[in-house]
Amino acid sequence: MREKILHAIAKNSKISAKDLAMMLGSTEEEIKKEIQAMEDEHIICGYPTLINWDFDEKERVTAIIEVKVTPQRGRGFDKIAERIYRFDEVSAVYLVSGGFDLAIIVEGRSMREIAGFVSDKLAPLEAVLSTSTNFILKKYKENGMPLVGEVRDDERELITP
Amino acid sequence: MRDPLNSKVRAIKPSGIRKFFDIVKEIDGAISLGVGEPDFDTPWHIREEGIYALERGKTFYTSNAGLLELREEIAKYLERRQGLSYDFKNEILVTIGGSEAIDAALRAMLDAGDEVLIPEPCYVSYVPCVTLADGVPVTIDLKEENSFKLTREELLGAITDKTKILIMPFPNNPTGGIMTREDLEAIADVIIEKDLFVISDEIYSELTYGRDHVSIASLPGMKERTIVINGFSKSYAMTGWRLGYACGPEAILKQMTKIHQFAIMCAPTTSQCAAIEALRNGDEDVLRMREAYDERRRYLVTRLNEMGFHTFEPEGAFYVFPSIKHTGMTSDEFATALLKEEKVAVVPGTAFGDCGEGFLRISYAYSIENLKTALDRIERFMKNHEYSAS
Repeated sequence: MREKILHAIAKNSKISAKDLAMMLGSTEEEIKKEIQAMEDEHIICGYPTLINWDFDEKERVTAIIEVKVTPQRGRGFDKIAERIYRFDEVSAVYLVSGGFDLAIIVEGRSMREIAGFVSDKLAPLEAVLSTSTNFILKKYKENGMPLVGEVRDDERELITP
Repeated sequence: MRDPLNSKVRAIKPSGIRKFFDIVKEIDGAISLGVGEPDFDTPWHIREEGIYALERGKTFYTSNAGLLELREEIAKYLERRQGLSYDFKNEILVTIGGSEAIDAALRAMLDAGDEVLIPEPCYVSYVPCVTLADGVPVTIDLKEENSFKLTREELLGAITDKTKILIMPFPNNPTGGIMTREDLEAIADVIIEKDLFVISDEIYSELTYGRDHVSIASLPGMKERTIVINGFSKSYAMTGWRLGYACGPEAILKQMTKIHQFAIMCAPTTSQCAAIEALRNGDEDVLRMREAYDERRRYLVTRLNEMGFHTFEPEGAFYVFPSIKHTGMTSDEFATALLKEEKVAVVPGTAFGDCGEGFLRISYAYSIENLKTALDRIERFMKNHEYSAS
């Protein structure tokens, strides 16, 4: 049941417990109890909204920064990862395999702001060996949802056998 | 001038679906729960394979029966999913949707005057196709109290000396009824004893909820007297690709292929290439869509019952078939009033046979959000008319 609830609210977190109960063949109380339990256990970590921020002329900048770091004895990459993810500007941090160690996503109001974050805060960290900043030019898809393209109407005939 | 028309064709009644479609078209901003096709796009990897086929210049006819590679995949699929084993070289014909396969099977098997048993309510094309093939359609009224299954008694009661074919439309459009293995076993020996043939339209075979579909051809002694019809429209959301197939005894398939060869030549090549990809790598898509339909099915049945409809719990396809007998209205009256007052279009049960009177077909090939909006309106309609639970 938990997995079914999660799959359903991953697509639409606004869905009511009553509707979920009908869809999954459960009761409203049972669904509410499970969701509460999963929030307590930090399985459900939040309910953010997917927004296409390109709706106006205001500049907003996102960058993917590749970071090479020195892991710390006993703590591996966790310590340095934490020092980085605690910055409010950082929206995501991933430890990755390949040519660098941490992939981080930083959001800011301008390129200058992000450049400032990298030069003043990120690069000076002792464990950081190098950074490579990739500014995002256009977002096509996020969280499994396409952000571009027009909204399509139902193109089917109204009544078919 | 002479009458340019064929009297048989002219005598065929226009479908109830068509009639209702014309009414719905006139209503501005109507929400429809009236479609008989998936709301999902064809999964991208399948579409991509179609595009790739065009890029490679796969723009020629295929062999009449369809690409050998596709037929081989169909055979593997039927073996994997339903335990059916067909020789892909001689026992499978790729057609323009399941519809062409139904037509070709009837034309290949019927002589003038042969009777064809058609359980109703059912898909709209069996009766006219039988008539066009010079057969005589004999309908069997399925009952809600039997979960819209075909019973042994009903079958026995309809068989005459002239009966040649039984059409088996399960999982059923419009009722959502299915036939389990036990249900099929109860009629199989009648079919064998009376020496009948079966055209089993299994287009909704992937859309069953709670248990797997059983093909009647998988029962002992049935494969040699059954044409299994299936296709890609419902299971892979590929309606517009127009691709289906028929499987059965070589002797019948050979004649069906002859009809197909002269009338059609071959199914569209692009669609055939895409279908190979669907069968090879589409199992997960089928599962994902089935789960979505199942959620909607439960949502719809629960809400309709809450509103006072008596709703048979469908186990297959993507329709519910609630009874409206307690309202005192006919199917036509109800559907028309609902459309005029709340702008919600559902199909009157009578579009699927006279015994569909007193029922509506509501499709759940719509997102939960759409269903919710439409159901809120139906609820308001029921309240305004003060229809209480039956």
